[in-house]
This record gives sequence, structure tokens and C-alpha cells, in this order.
Amino acid sequence: MSVVTLAQALNRSLEHALAEMDDVVVMGEDVGRTGGVFRITDGLADKFGPDRVIDTPVAESGIAGVGFGMAVGGLRPVLEMQFMGFSYPAFDQIINHVARIRHRSRHRFTAPLVIRIPYGGGIGAAEHHSESAEAIYCHTPGLKVVVPSRPGDAAGLLRSAIEDPDPVVFLEPIRLYRSVKEDVPDTSFTTPIGAASVEREGSDLTIIAWGAMMKEAREAAAALVEQGVDTEVLDVRSLVPLDVESLVASVQKTGRAIVVHEAPRTVGFGAEIVAQIQQRCLYHLQAPVERVTGWDTIFPLKRSEHVYLPSVERILAAANTVLSA
Amino acid sequence: MLQILTPSGDLVAEAPLDLDMTTRLYRALVFARAYDRKSTALQKQGRLATYAPFEGQEAAQVGSAAALNPDDWLVGTYRDAAAMWMQGYPLDLLFAGRTGDERGGSPPEPINVMPPSITVGGHMVHAVGLAWAERLQGSDRVAITYFGDGATSEGDFHEAMNFAGVFDVGCVFFCQNNGWAISMPRESQTASETIAQKAIAYGMPGIQVDGNDLFAVFSATRDAVLRARLGEGPTLIEAMTYRLGPHTTADDPSRYRTEDESAEWRRKDPLERVRIYLSERDRWSEEWQAEIEAQASAEVEEAVAAAEALDPPGVAGVFDAMFADLPPILAEQRRMAEEAE
Ligand SMILES: Cc1ncc(C[n+]2csc(CCOP(=O)(O)OP(=O)(O)O)c2C)c(N)n1
Repeated sequence: MSVVTLAQALNRSLEHALAEMDDVVVMGEDVGRTGGVFRITDGLADKFGPDRVIDTPVAESGIAGVGFGMAVGGLRPVLEMQFMGFSYPAFDQIINHVARIRHRSRHRFTAPLVIRIPYGGGIGAAEHHSESAEAIYCHTPGLKVVVPSRPGDAAGLLRSAIEDPDPVVFLEPIRLYRSVKEDVPDTSFTTPIGAASVEREGSDLTIIAWGAMMKEAREAAAALVEQGVDTEVLDVRSLVPLDVESLVASVQKTGRAIVVHEAPRTVGFGAEIVAQIQQRCLYHLQAPVERVTGWDTIFPLKRSEHVYLPSVERILAAANTVLSA
Repeated sequence: MLQILTPSGDLVAEAPLDLDMTTRLYRALVFARAYDRKSTALQKQGRLATYAPFEGQEAAQVGSAAALNPDDWLVGTYRDAAAMWMQGYPLDLLFAGRTGDERGGSPPEPINVMPPSITVGGHMVHAVGLAWAERLQGSDRVAITYFGDGATSEGDFHEAMNFAGVFDVGCVFFCQNNGWAISMPRESQTASETIAQKAIAYGMPGIQVDGNDLFAVFSATRDAVLRARLGEGPTLIEAMTYRLGPHTTADDPSRYRTEDESAEWRRKDPLERVRIYLSERDRWSEEWQAEIEAQASAEVEEAVAAAEALDPPGVAGVFDAMFADLPPILAEQRRMAEEAE
């Protein structure tokens, strides 16, 4: 075991996969020579050479489409989109080809690839560099969508994604790359896709979140516990497939829930979670489920990020509403 | 490759600009460099967001923008502040954008400069549409679009060039081939011998110019702009230049290129050759240089101060430009955001 950041955990997981699986290739803009703009692929090109760690031209549709061809052709490409806002040129390939091939070929052809996408705001980045568009991927049948919020899950989920027989969109919360650390095994391991993680058990209220918002969720929970509210914290981790069972078990126990996400509110993935809860937990609910989300606005530039991003205060205000209902 | 003024300041063809105009544009080059260096310094102090420096590319931007009419369209990237400024974009707004304030993207009329494209390659098609719209409305306004060598790998480059060729649109495609797209050298971006030669495939003229030569850049852009204005169609210009600094203030070029390469390009500095040229014609002195540098620096300081003095955009800044009228759901969220402030 060693204590590593989320970024280091991803780097090590990629290194293990490249070393242990001959069919894995890493491909994307600036992933080789410079180790990626977030240095997630740092050192891999030196170790595995330019046939396994491939620097591409600036062409996302090409990365997704060529990576798709490689996957159908027998490799397991791990593709990097430099930022979520730049994954959009690849949408046609992802939606119309990557996600559909198993279905339209009746299992004859498959695309076991991973699309790694750094996402989310809070770092004062330029336009298009702070997007949280997970709902668009979740709304695309044929894709799995996972989001780690801690180093161990990052390494384990990435390995599961690489080994998965189907395409996985792997979302990496930029804000957490270097701000969370924990002990992670030094050898490769998997964390199952499709399982949520109950980070803290509680009986009064469930806070449901994923990705970078887990930071605010944890802080809000700590504050609530201090006030005597026994708060359960659930990290969804896998948006598709969603671990409905864990969600339901938690909310049936606590009777109160808040869903937190950074993405805009309307048709955000929280809406799906709330729908699942109302369908399966209605008679256990003590209060309407609250959503604490980004607004239905363009993600603001640096000076106004605080207006947009869900804060601990906003989560506590929602908790207050839910608890006093 | 078209070259008129060599790195040592010698004319190898007739100068396309008279001495007064050359002096004016030299000042613009000096100003651009001051702006660029100051921007990097301010980023290091944490006063500006990540910055994409253009040091080394001043002549490409100043020389090309100088060939435009004041109301022509300019559609550029995050690295084209000098061209935007040449076309009248207010300096304080350039800085406002970089303090993280959306008002930086809103130039006053009649300046026809689009906010810089942050997505690589997505904007070239816009210039085609703008130029086309002008022609359909009976105007002879043209559009110029700036992009890097990396952008030519995006699919939209093909679509922009193809539309412009098929519809004979008055658009000038100005590629600043600065040798690098973040860590990727030009050779890894395309197997074409030149970027200019890609024009052939789209049925338009393509020309490669010394992008560090103010005269060559001006001359080629003037011809392309004239062709566009006369309704004769688009042109692709490949300006051979070099990004002397990092990709952005968050980048470390030592990871992918050598000091030697940059030093080599330092010797082809776009400012120095014009300085020698002017000096040999008694249009330059050290005192004057000091004076224009001081003026540039004062102007930049003033603009930064103005940008920083803008009130925080706040909740209104986040919500009020989403639609012409705020729909009820957003109005409700706006109230919630205000309560949370
Ligand atoms: C669609 C898209 N993909 C990736 C990026 C990330 N990115 C920013 S600049 C850049 C390199 C662009 O190189 P080039 O077009 O040569 O222009 P330069 O930066 O050298 O001026 C990349 C890959 C982006 N901004 N947009």
C-alpha cells in the first residue's frame, strides 16, 4: 500500500493495465511526450513506447472513431479526451458507433474501450473546461458511466472499465485529482462497476453525490453529524448501471434524501435518482427529496464560480428543509 | 515561402508598406509584446486566469490584421489577442475575460470581432458563415479566421475549407503554424509537406509566408483580403512562425522540446528585423524605443486596472444572459442563488 493522489492512482492503474494486458493501448492528445495535460499518463510513453501510448493529432472524432476501430479489431483502447468540453466533437462517433455496435451486430462486434474524460469545475478554468455533462452520456444507451471520488476507487474502477467487455465512459473529477489522498494497493485490483459505496452510515438523512461533489457532501455530513443529525453518505460511483438497490436501502432506512450534483439541474442525473426514490421509497419518505445542483446556466468563469457551484452551505440549507418537513 | 524582410533586416523584395505605416506597425509589435509579457506576469501573480502567450507570433497577427478594414470580421483563438486588439477590441475587455469575467467577450459595436474560440478548430466554419452572410446581404465585408497548425487536424477544418471553396466565400484562412500544438510538433500533426498545400484539395489558392516577416504577412493577407472582397473566393495562408513561450502558463515546454530549437527561432525574432530596417532609415532610436515601451506598459497597466475595477458579475452575471427573457424555472433558480450568496 502507498498513499497516493487520485491522479497518481489513475497513473498507476494505467501502468498496471499496460504491463499486464497486451491488448491495452492508451491514445489521446498529448498523452505521450508530455504525459497528458493533467499528467495522468506521465511516464507511460517512456515505459511502453509509442505503439502502446499514442500521441494523436488534435481530432476528437478521430480519436473516438479510430479507437472504436481498434476496439472492434481486438484491442482495448483507453482513450483520453483532454477535457469534457472537448469530447463533443466525438459525440457522433460515441453515440452512433461506439455505443451501438454490439446491438446492431447482435454481439458479432464489440467495442471494449474506455473513454477517460476529465470533468467538472471549481478551478477557475477557461470556458469549456468546467463542464459536467455526465447526463448526456448516461442518456446514451450502450454506454456505462462511472465516476470515482477517491484514489482507491479511481484505480479499481479504471481497471474494471478496461476489463469490461463494453464501452465505459470514465469521468475524472478535475478538482479532486490532487486534493484527495489515500492508501491504495501497489498491485492491480478491480472495484466493481454498478455498485455504490456507503461511505458513512446514518439513520436520519442520506446525502447522495458523486465525483467532485463528494467533497462538499462529506463536509456537509460532518457538520450535520456535529449537530446531532446521523447522516448517511452515499457515493454513487457508477451512474450507469445505477445501483438502485443501495440507494433504495439507504433512503428506506433514513426516510430523507438530498441529491447533490455539479451539473445543471434540469434533466441532471439527480432527476433519475429522485425518480427511482419516489417510485420505490414513497411510503418511507418523511420529506420531499431535495436537489442541490448547479444552475441551468452556462458554467461561469472564475469570478462567478462560487455562484454556480453547490456549496456546503447550500447542502446544509437543503438538509434543514428536509429535516424540518 | 514568401519573404520580403529577412531576419537581418534586409529587403529581398519591394516593401509593401511606406515608412510611416511601418513605423506605426512596429509600435504595434512592441505593444503586442508588452501586452503578452505583462499577461504572463499577471497570471503568475494570480491576477489573471491561465494565459496562452503569443510571443514570437506578433508579426503574424499584427501584419495580417493590418490588412483588414475596421469592420471586417475576425474570428480567432485564445492566442490571438494581438490581432483582436489591432481590430479595435478594447484592451480592458481583453483583460476582463482573463480575470474570469464574461463581459470580456462582448466588444462594443461596430467591432466585428468574435470572442476567442477556446475549442480548437470549431470556429473556422463560423468565419465562412459570416463572410457568406455578408455577401448574401450585398456587403463586401470579409472574414478572417486565425487558427493553429493543430486545428487543421480537426474535422471542422475540412468542413470550413470545403464550404468556402464550394461557395466561393470571401473568407481568409490564416494559419499560424507556430510549430507546436501543445506537445505535438507540426510533423506529428499532418503528413502534408506544408499546410498551405492543403488549399489545392479545396480549390483555393494557398500560400506559405514567413510569419515572422511583417511585410510578407501583410502583403499576402492584403492580396487574400482583396480577392475575398472582390468576390473571387477564399485563400489559405500558412504563416511560418514559432511559439517562443509555453503553450499556456500551465505548460512546461521542456517536457517536449529543446532550448536549442527556441534559441534558433529567437534569432528570427519578428520585432528585431523591423527595428533594424527602421534604424537603417533613421526611424528608430533607443530613446524612442524606451518611450514606446513605457507607453505600452502604461496603457496595459491602465487596462488591467480597469478590468479589475469592474464590479463582480455576481448572480446577475451568471443568469441574466442565458435567454432574452429569463424563463420561470431559471428565475426561481436565480432567487435561490441570491439567497445562497
Ligand atoms: C476541441 C478541442 N480539443 C482539444 C483542446 C485542448 N487544446 C487546447 S490548445 C490545443 C493545441 C492547439 O494547437 P494549435 O491549433 O496548433 O494552436 P496553438 O495552441 O499552437 O496556437 C489543444 C489540444 C481544445 N481546446 N479544443
